[in-house]
Amino acid sequence: MSDVVFKLVLIATVLLVILHLAGFLIWVERRLLALLQDRLGPNRAGPLGLFIIVADIIKIFTKEDWIPPFIDKPVFVAAPMIIMVTALLSFAIVPFAPGAVILDLDIGVLLFLGLSSMGIYNVILAGWASNNKYALLGGLRMAAQMFSYEVFMGLSLMGVVTLAGSFNLSAIVHAQREGWFIVPQFLGFLIFFIAALGETHRLPFDMPEAESELIAGYHTEYSSMKFGMFFVGEYISVTLFSALMTTFFFGGWLGPVLPPLAWFCVKTAGFIVVFIVLRAALPRPRYDQLFAFGWKFILPAALLNLVVTGALVLWKSS
Amino acid sequence: MLSILKSVWLVFLHLFRRKITIQYPEEKAYLAPRYRGRIVLTRDPDGGERCVACYLCAVACPVDCIALGATEDEHGRRYPEFFRINFSRCINCGFCEEACPTYAIQLIPDVEMAEYQRQNMVYEKKDLLIDGEGKYHGYNFYRVAGLAIGGKDKGEAEKESPPVDPKSLLP
Repeated sequence: MSDVVFKLVLIATVLLVILHLAGFLIWVERRLLALLQDRLGPNRAGPLGLFIIVADIIKIFTKEDWIPPFIDKPVFVAAPMIIMVTALLSFAIVPFAPGAVILDLDIGVLLFLGLSSMGIYNVILAGWASNNKYALLGGLRMAAQMFSYEVFMGLSLMGVVTLAGSFNLSAIVHAQREGWFIVPQFLGFLIFFIAALGETHRLPFDMPEAESELIAGYHTEYSSMKFGMFFVGEYISVTLFSALMTTFFFGGWLGPVLPPLAWFCVKTAGFIVVFIVLRAALPRPRYDQLFAFGWKFILPAALLNLVVTGALVLWKSS
Repeated sequence: MLSILKSVWLVFLHLFRRKITIQYPEEKAYLAPRYRGRIVLTRDPDGGERCVACYLCAVACPVDCIALGATEDEHGRRYPEFFRINFSRCINCGFCEEACPTYAIQLIPDVEMAEYQRQNMVYEKKDLLIDGEGKYHGYNFYRVAGLAIGGKDKGEAEKESPPVDPKSLLP
């Protein structure tokens, strides 16, 4: 019984924290991008400009929720929900601290890979249902991007799985007690990081929205909270991928002195900052360059990484 | 690949640079003394109005925002009876200042002229006239001009020779 109550409390806490964090990240990203560009960013409303979050939320909720007459309504309405659902569901498998995991699945990595593939549908469906050529182009790009980047995202994680000998995320964290996987799996980490950029369609890989080319890409026709869901969903996926990079390569909650949860939060926050710094620093590559890079360079590298890791593990065990 | 990492690192270092933002209401940007902002009417060193109501500023104004009417006092000095500038039209080009023969109309480095009602952007003479001399100190038009007014006859201005009588044979 107490186990069930603990799980329910954990679910409520995670949901609350993640959703608030997504709102908070709006402010973090604006301030940090501004600081990186030698500006100050929004600092007027409240201490450090924090109330801009409240202002943003009030704005996004009170705007007219306009559904264009020419769209495919059920799909149009469903698309923004998908990203929220899949991104939030993925948090079920993330171990925040020893024992603090909602779903201690033995196939956690697979569930995450499956959900992240599902999550891409929001962009494709939104682009298709909008009945707008820019939105469709955005959705099309996302489909192609997912197709190439999903492949080696899975492959890059297989090195970690081989070393840990488990698909269970808690077991993967425990396997890093002697040393974080960033050292033996550095190539794998780089590949996973690039794939994470592609999956979250953050800059520099934001071809599906690409303001300067496609207006706003797949969410051109969305307004009010439907747009807000894409917006918040993107931040949730950024948080998710940061949390997973921490778990897979940087030892999750492991660390000296500080409590496990604090270590987890510090590492995740670090990765979120890296995501934002990358956005400030890098230009968007051309569409075909991205795919050429993915298929001709990253995919062979991921395969090589897997083969070498497998060989080393076999050689050690024999 | 290395250049990408290098650019990411360089952008990251910008986090610790000095910020160029000027936080406006508290801090203000430096405006040069010659900045073309709000228009004022200045006075001469003796406290009299410099403006002689010659209409040159109104003629020079490309947006016709200046309106004035000339009149004369008991000494024969011309001065504007009313002087009105519609700042909602003014484009701060400074042509009026260039056209002014007496340094009366001047543009000063003040740009904070927001109003809630458009009618409040129309400045009358009492709003425009300041007590000082503005950018040109010690200049008094009537003291250097050859024009005769009450209390100063022809030839009595600074650096002015007495008028020549063309009908006289004397050298």
